[in-house]
Amino acid sequence: MRPMCLAIPMEVLKIEGQSAEVQVGGTRHVVRLDVISEFPEVGDYVIVHAGFALTRLDREDAIATLKLFEEGLNIELV
Amino acid sequence: MNLFDNFKDPQLCKTLLARIHDELDGELRFMEVCGTHTVSIFRSGVRSLLSDKVVHLSGPGCPVCVTHDSEVAAFLELAGKNAIITTFGDLMRVPGPEKRTLKSAQAEGARVKVVYSPFDALKIAQDNPHDKVVFLGVGFETTAPAIAATVKVAREQGIGNFSVLCFHKLVPPALDALVGDPELKVQAFLLPGHVSAIIGVEPYRFLASRHGLPAVVAGFEPVDILQALYMFVTMRNEGKIDVVNAYTRVVSDEGNPKAVSIMNEVFSSCDALWRGIGLIPGSGLTIRDEYADYDAMRVFGMQLRDVPEIKGCRCGDVLKGKMSPEKCPLFGKACTPASPVGPCMVSTEGSCAAYYKYRI
Repeated sequence: MRPMCLAIPMEVLKIEGQSAEVQVGGTRHVVRLDVISEFPEVGDYVIVHAGFALTRLDREDAIATLKLFEEGLNIELV
Repeated sequence: MNLFDNFKDPQLCKTLLARIHDELDGELRFMEVCGTHTVSIFRSGVRSLLSDKVVHLSGPGCPVCVTHDSEVAAFLELAGKNAIITTFGDLMRVPGPEKRTLKSAQAEGARVKVVYSPFDALKIAQDNPHDKVVFLGVGFETTAPAIAATVKVAREQGIGNFSVLCFHKLVPPALDALVGDPELKVQAFLLPGHVSAIIGVEPYRFLASRHGLPAVVAGFEPVDILQALYMFVTMRNEGKIDVVNAYTRVVSDEGNPKAVSIMNEVFSSCDALWRGIGLIPGSGLTIRDEYADYDAMRVFGMQLRDVPEIKGCRCGDVLKGKMSPEKCPLFGKACTPASPVGPCMVSTEGSCAAYYKYRI
């Protein structure tokens, strides 16, 4: 059973109207795109909750965050 | 290695931990209010690595757990009516009056179906045009837009046999209620990542401006959580108390305006009952009059009733962060994940269930 509160990043494979086919860990799902503010493109990662994509997961922002750590803490991460 | 694995990096965690403990002055009592944070703090081992001076309070972050006894009674009342009940699986085993649950109602013949998405519930309504199909709407700002969008689609497609029993709750008013509690002495808030992905950072500003408390929107990996704790320490040491978004890979400061607008179109705020806390003004969502046909309370002419609390259960104190789960007399004895007495042990995200599973 999947807890309702979990929001999981999934990769977008295909978009059709307000639905997208997404995959995570080898399993595929169809999710709705009604509430996402920035419409995703194929290849993007989206955070999915209760069958709806909520937001895009920003790869560049993730890299930027890690770079900040590298500079601040002197560790090589990216 | 996946880029996002870096947010679990052990070396980085060690460095952050050392800095937190080196630079901390006095005690740091922080509260998280998200079931995923609760589980992550236990599962990752972060909790076991914190010194006595860093006190983790697990607040009302699990939507199933904060659902009030009166609301659980309403679910069960609805299960007794001639309708198909659709629900997130987490609610199935939450005990109501006389220890009845949706699962036991199902065993007695009620038509209860577990769905992953409210949109699946709408499909059930389409497939069963002669039945009334109700979705049990619980959850915070993360979940409410999905349910609002489903109600909108129901209307657009003229699906008239679908309705929602709406008990959604809002996080910022609950934080405001907890800050005012002198027993708790919360000094900092770890803000929920995914609720914030919807509402943004603005609704939390009052924590710093009115109460002088630091708050950080954080992700769910160990590095995210330790980074937030370190930010509390430095904000305090430097006297620069603020509400900061440290989860920018998912949360933008303005949140998701489209989701908020859909949520506000279908719902308006109302006073709501929280388990353990009671009535919090403006902390719930109700269905607007324009969408009254989709409001199960009105469709079935129901009202919330006063019901007795579960005997001996201290979930209320656990939810407020006043009691650590293992201090409850029922914990691990009368109340276990296999045979739960209270909702905090039922939900996999509940503090009691997390504590039971990961306790050291």
